[in-house]
Amino acid sequence: MEVRRWGCVIEAIIDIVLLTFLVIVGVAILLVRNLLAVTMLTGIYSLLVATLFVLLDAVDVALTEAAVGAGLLVILMLATIALTTQKEKVHAARQNAVALVVVVVTGAALIYGTLDIPPFGDPNAPAHVHLSPRFTQESPEEIGIPNMVTSVLATYRGIDTLGEAVVIFAAAVGVLLVLGTGRVRRRRDTEEHEDEARERS
Amino acid sequence: MEWLGLYNYWVVVVLMMIGFYIVIAQGNLIKKLVGLNIFQTSVFIFFISLAHLEGGTAPIAIEGVTAYSNPLPHVLILTAIVVGVALTAMGLALVVRVQEAYGSIEEDEIHKQDDLH
Repeated sequence: MEVRRWGCVIEAIIDIVLLTFLVIVGVAILLVRNLLAVTMLTGIYSLLVATLFVLLDAVDVALTEAAVGAGLLVILMLATIALTTQKEKVHAARQNAVALVVVVVTGAALIYGTLDIPPFGDPNAPAHVHLSPRFTQESPEEIGIPNMVTSVLATYRGIDTLGEAVVIFAAAVGVLLVLGTGRVRRRRDTEEHEDEARERS
Repeated sequence: MEWLGLYNYWVVVVLMMIGFYIVIAQGNLIKKLVGLNIFQTSVFIFFISLAHLEGGTAPIAIEGVTAYSNPLPHVLILTAIVVGVALTAMGLALVVRVQEAYGSIEEDEIHKQDDLH
């Protein structure tokens, strides 16, 4: 029992350290003006979030976050920076003061809201007494897969996953359309320029 | 240790507000998307924190274990992460197009060019 209690304390310490790191990286992202550095910090941020998910027993989510957030997202951002610019310009402070007030007021309201949430890890929280027992106790036999996240994802919430696939397809089509038209128009422009140059000569 | 029970949620609020501030106060479009990303990641942490069960284990069936984290928020966030990246990719593609059309990705410079025409 003693060992178990110490395990909980160590978990809590790691939890606090990771969350504090997250806030530090978040503030760094806010302050840094070089977009390449911001991209690297985003990668670190995603990796910290993935580590936190492992600690909170969400291993599938951690895998996805590490692959997609720390991997794919950083590559996409690097590609965008390569096509645009690396330096961010500094803005007037007047507009920022209003934003700061809005953010502080919203944050205070949300902090006030958290006071009603059941404590972290509480076994009697509504999240653990309603649907969770149904999935954790019956899904391994009902579906035949030990990993409950997979069985919920693919069966109980299968339509949701289909919707996710539709969103990814739509986003892929959107990206190709947005970037593709520019390329076609540029080619047309250069062809017109070449025609004009030919006519002039 | 009582105050520790809400520490996760407070950090979630702080991260969410950092993301919110970046979105509304900073003019660079790439930075705005990063802010949006921080905002949505804070929601992910909120859901996963709610799913955590003291003394529970990861929701993979093991002989003799009865206490598991709630798998449902995990599934929701799994979907949300992938959808979030799809949307960020779409946003970054639009940023590239804005750069092509205006020669800048700073919000105020784009507004200035719009006012001229």
